[in-house]
Amino acid sequence: MSAKPSENETGLPPVDSTGLADHITEAEVRESAARERREKLREFVTNWQGLTGLILVAIFFASAIFAPWLAPYDPNALDIPARLSGPTWEHVAGTDQLGRDTFSRILYGGRVALKIAAIGVSVALLLGLLLGMIAGFGPRWLDNALLLAFDTVRAFPTIVLALATVALTGPSLELVLAIVIVTSIPQYARVARTATLTLKNTDFILAERALGAGTARMLWHHIMPNVVGPLMILAAMDVPVVVTIEAGLSFLGLGVLPPTASWGTILNEGYLVIRDTPWMVIAGGIPLILTTLGFTFLGEALRDIFDPRMGKGR
Amino acid sequence: MVVYLIKRLGLSLAVVCAVILVLFSLLHLIPGDPATIALGPRATPEAIARYAAKMHLDEPVWMQFLIYVGNALTGDLGVDVFSDRPVTTIIMERIGFTLSLVFAGMGWAMLLGIPLGCLAAVRRNSWLDRVTGVLSVGTIAVPSFLVSIWALLIFAVELRWLPAIGAGEPGDLGDQAVHLILPAFAIGLSWVGYLARMVRASMLEVMGETYIRSARAFGLRPRRIVFGYGLRVAILPTITLIGMGFGGLISSTVFAEIIFARPGIGKLIFDSVMARNFPIVQGGVLVATGLYILVVLISDLLIAWLDPRVRETL
Repeated sequence: MSAKPSENETGLPPVDSTGLADHITEAEVRESAARERREKLREFVTNWQGLTGLILVAIFFASAIFAPWLAPYDPNALDIPARLSGPTWEHVAGTDQLGRDTFSRILYGGRVALKIAAIGVSVALLLGLLLGMIAGFGPRWLDNALLLAFDTVRAFPTIVLALATVALTGPSLELVLAIVIVTSIPQYARVARTATLTLKNTDFILAERALGAGTARMLWHHIMPNVVGPLMILAAMDVPVVVTIEAGLSFLGLGVLPPTASWGTILNEGYLVIRDTPWMVIAGGIPLILTTLGFTFLGEALRDIFDPRMGKGR
Repeated sequence: MVVYLIKRLGLSLAVVCAVILVLFSLLHLIPGDPATIALGPRATPEAIARYAAKMHLDEPVWMQFLIYVGNALTGDLGVDVFSDRPVTTIIMERIGFTLSLVFAGMGWAMLLGIPLGCLAAVRRNSWLDRVTGVLSVGTIAVPSFLVSIWALLIFAVELRWLPAIGAGEPGDLGDQAVHLILPAFAIGLSWVGYLARMVRASMLEVMGETYIRSARAFGLRPRRIVFGYGLRVAILPTITLIGMGFGGLISSTVFAEIIFARPGIGKLIFDSVMARNFPIVQGGVLVATGLYILVVLISDLLIAWLDPRVRETL
């Protein structure tokens, strides 16, 4: 994003010079924007959901990034005599059917989840933003074609699409990423498209057009800063979905393959031994729930504060 | 309404065709001989030759596509690689298990979630409202496949109250109902949260309208105002939510069927992926996706019928 504060960061509606009453100076506008920013920050800190979400998300990031230092054992180190044990002082979350330490595997599994979430969500957001702006700004036929493409992608239930693809290519991490990106693009694109359509005929864009600005310049400098805000909130809400898809596909044996630790493979191995020990499916599920909860809380708090209208309904 | 109906039907048909195109091209996008890919490495040369003849692989690609679309639209989805039985017949045998699960899961979620949302809205800020709020976020955050696994662990493995796997004895309705409880619970749980939140939000908005105040002034009974006047309007966004969320419901049904070994479409697709039986995967995915498109279509038409303003937007 550009260094100068855009309309979006100040939380103010797009302002153009003609819209300002004569007696309001630019300094006053800036001051009120700063006041509003402080207000929003206070609102966020006093919002227990947002704060809980932030803490859980911070734990998720920290535990995934520092997993090699935090993990008490090598995630793939075997300890057959201690196999399928419940929580003990040596193994706080128990061990699996090969005696591997579940807690260490959970920490390393977080790395897989973080990798998929980070790459998947950011690529989907960028492509969705681009396609959405093109659909909103471009000619009518292009808009219709893109809308049909979005509808088609959304018509596939995610897991069903994954099954169809895996049937041909076999399971892999790259495939999980591709599925996550393809299925997430439409929601970003739709929001970006709607926002672009409303902006397209505002005075400041028309003025820009009259000044002879190229399409790329208008999209990049004037539309994009106004569209990207809601997309960021959407991204926070999308992370739990992405993490769940990864865990779900890995659980089915269609995503990350053993022996790589992922929350899904831990759950899968735990499901196979569920009649012998409950601890693996319990331990494998808790980080998944905490992560989902964290990002949901964070996303909802952000949405309530920055964009109350979006919250209507959902 | 008629114009809307025609446009909406046209859109759905376009999406169905695009879905078929995607499914068709999946097979051809993967480098290599389509018949070998579809049947897997274990297939005999005779099977491959038969499949190639069956799928008209000697024709040009566009001709193959037209033949495929024509067959699919007339209900011919090809034949099972192993048993040579028509895919359509196999799917029809299994679809009942999926539909009963979907209806049972959605049914109990609606029966509980909608009244809960109404009550929470009417008694705003009461303890019931708070509990509903926490429960909604809680149930939404837990991925449905995890609910399935944990429900299996608690009620089937540890407490032994309910059967863990299968769909019950054929012909014994009581036994089948008992086998339906756990999977239906698992796929419906997060919907209780969604529906309660959605109904609460739109109810709060509707109850502030002037016509509700008039109804109060006329001295109508509160129950009649809430259910007869308020809910009738507040249910509209909920119908959209159900339609849009049906894809997610199919995804969680696939998981529930696999985890509880219920012989529905989801389990059929999964088993066929594992056995490299691509015609069944293709057919099953097409049916599951078609079902979703149909539900979205029905919910959209229902909304347009109930709310004339919507008809203008397409």
